[in-house]
Amino acid sequence: MKTRQKKAVRASLVLLLLCLCVLLISLNTGTIRLSPVEVLKTVLGLGSPRDSIVLFDYRLPRLLIAMLAGVGLGIAGCLLQGLSRNALADPGVIGIHAGAAFGLILFLRFFGTLEGSFTIFIPLFTFIGGLCAAGLITIFSFDRKAGFLPQRLLLNGIALAAGFSALTLVLSLRLDEEVYSFAAYWLAGNIWGREWIHVLALLPWLLVLVPYSFFHAGTLNMLSLGEAPAAGLGVNVAKQRAGLLLCAVALSSASVSMAGGIGFIGLAAPQIARRIAGPLHQYVLPLSGLVGMLILMAADTIGRSLFAPAGIPAGIVTAALGAPYFLYVFRKSTHS
Amino acid sequence: MKKRYSLFIIIFFAATCLLGVSLFAAVSSGAKELNLPTVWAAVFHFNAELTSHQIIHELRLPRVLGAALVGCALAVSGALMQAVTRNDLADPGILGINAGASLMTALCFALSPGIPYSLLIVFCFFGSVISAICIFWIASGAPGGITPIRLTVAGAILAALFSSLSSGVAIYFDLSQDLAFWFAGGTAGIRWGHLTYLAPIILAAVLLSLSFARPLTLLSLGEETAAGLGGNVPLVRLAAIGAAVLLAGTSVSAAGSIGFIGLIVPHIARKLVGVDYRFIIPISALGGSILLVLADYGARMVNPPRELAISAMVALLGVPFFLFLSRRQRRRES
Repeated sequence: MKTRQKKAVRASLVLLLLCLCVLLISLNTGTIRLSPVEVLKTVLGLGSPRDSIVLFDYRLPRLLIAMLAGVGLGIAGCLLQGLSRNALADPGVIGIHAGAAFGLILFLRFFGTLEGSFTIFIPLFTFIGGLCAAGLITIFSFDRKAGFLPQRLLLNGIALAAGFSALTLVLSLRLDEEVYSFAAYWLAGNIWGREWIHVLALLPWLLVLVPYSFFHAGTLNMLSLGEAPAAGLGVNVAKQRAGLLLCAVALSSASVSMAGGIGFIGLAAPQIARRIAGPLHQYVLPLSGLVGMLILMAADTIGRSLFAPAGIPAGIVTAALGAPYFLYVFRKSTHS
Repeated sequence: MKKRYSLFIIIFFAATCLLGVSLFAAVSSGAKELNLPTVWAAVFHFNAELTSHQIIHELRLPRVLGAALVGCALAVSGALMQAVTRNDLADPGILGINAGASLMTALCFALSPGIPYSLLIVFCFFGSVISAICIFWIASGAPGGITPIRLTVAGAILAALFSSLSSGVAIYFDLSQDLAFWFAGGTAGIRWGHLTYLAPIILAAVLLSLSFARPLTLLSLGEETAAGLGGNVPLVRLAAIGAAVLLAGTSVSAAGSIGFIGLIVPHIARKLVGVDYRFIIPISALGGSILLVLADYGARMVNPPRELAISAMVALLGVPFFLFLSRRQRRRES
């Protein structure tokens, strides 16, 4: 027990260090480069005015959004995998992101713009959309006799994701050309939030939901054993499961509201975390968050700098790396 | 058996009539409304000096005929796959075959923009062959062998990967004014030049699949049954997969990736004419044509003069259908 804790703490320190490295590399690429020394100077208030504008007004908000969204997606994936007892569950694959995209288009219909102070409500709308998708998936994957069917979850989720994406494209095309291309880029996983208000819109969700999930790690351990054992250990299965599912949907919808439909982080992060720290969610949850943060920051940096000047969305980088990993895990998995 | 034949002939005749009506409707309406006599005259007594005749001849006709051919190809491809994999949920779009071909199209346009269409078809075919091989390899990994669910999930993830890569290629090489095309597909770009390649390939592949429809029916009833009744199981399976992949790749080269046609139409055909693939294939071909011509018509008419993505139209129909089938399959299993 003690060694596991030690291992988890050591792994999180290493991950944090890696995140810092990626952060510095990321600032050192792009059209205006900031070397680590310049960054340090600017943070201490000694840099040139140009550097401080570049750092605080342009680079930092985007990086913060990538970090927060990565944490949210990693933890959401971990919660979903634990709840569904399916190691392949991912909020993108099972259609929650597509539902969130639908919510985003609804927001555009109501407010007509993505600028201004109403932006703060975007996560709320994506959450509603994600909730619709999650509700439908649960209904279709639930059997009155057999209970919850983990394999059906994937199949129905994939179909619902196709449906919601189609609906989003139809609705966005009815608005105008620009919205349509925005929606297409969004679905490809483009981190579009670049201002402080976007960070502000995202932050409260994570501040509430991440501690909530950590607090319920013990319950998640018991739920991942299965319905009957968990009930035997004194867990109110229906209530706890609904709470944690809501938490997962809220985390992933809020994250993608600012970062675009980025898939496969919610799949890979928990798997890597479990490899480091074993099955206990007290350790796996925080580690998944850190791994998710590292992956998304790295993907954004790669997409932005390696493919300059056009740049490709971070979601494409994560899909290019994550999908082969998913297929590898899937080929080896024996259930179903 | 006699009754089945007469039923098949009646349905075949009705479907042909319906296809004719929808073709005429689709040709005559659009951004510029044209009446039936004009269409008739434009088709049979073409006069190059009239604008309306030129619209019909240069834009509408190739587009509508292209939609019919692509619909036919996708539906037959879906029917073949459902027979070979004995999977109700098989479809070239869902299984990721289309996505492989569409990635190839993106790469071709990015690396050599002026590529002739005849070469594009060949590359698309290779793309769909590669993804078919990948999917079967991945799904066959576990000791349980290839099950319908494994095949579908592996295909869907591969489709996500390929379409993600295609949009990456499109964005990086700045093909992005056509970005919607990679997501959604469309028939607006089809011209006579494309049809001269499309029509012979698709018709030949459909006829080829009709030629082994009998052993295919046996195969769809079970491998042991087919072998026991004297069918050459591996050969039939290979031929059917080959034809299905050829049809899917060819249709993607013309109209982009359109899913769910190959899922819906064979089911309706099976409901109408039973389990015999000698009947299912022709009815699927006609049904696919009708469905895609109507979807194309709808996509043009919902919000004129702008066009709606055609695959979005089909997906809105197809997704509820898929969920319904998946639920029914589960009932049968339990």
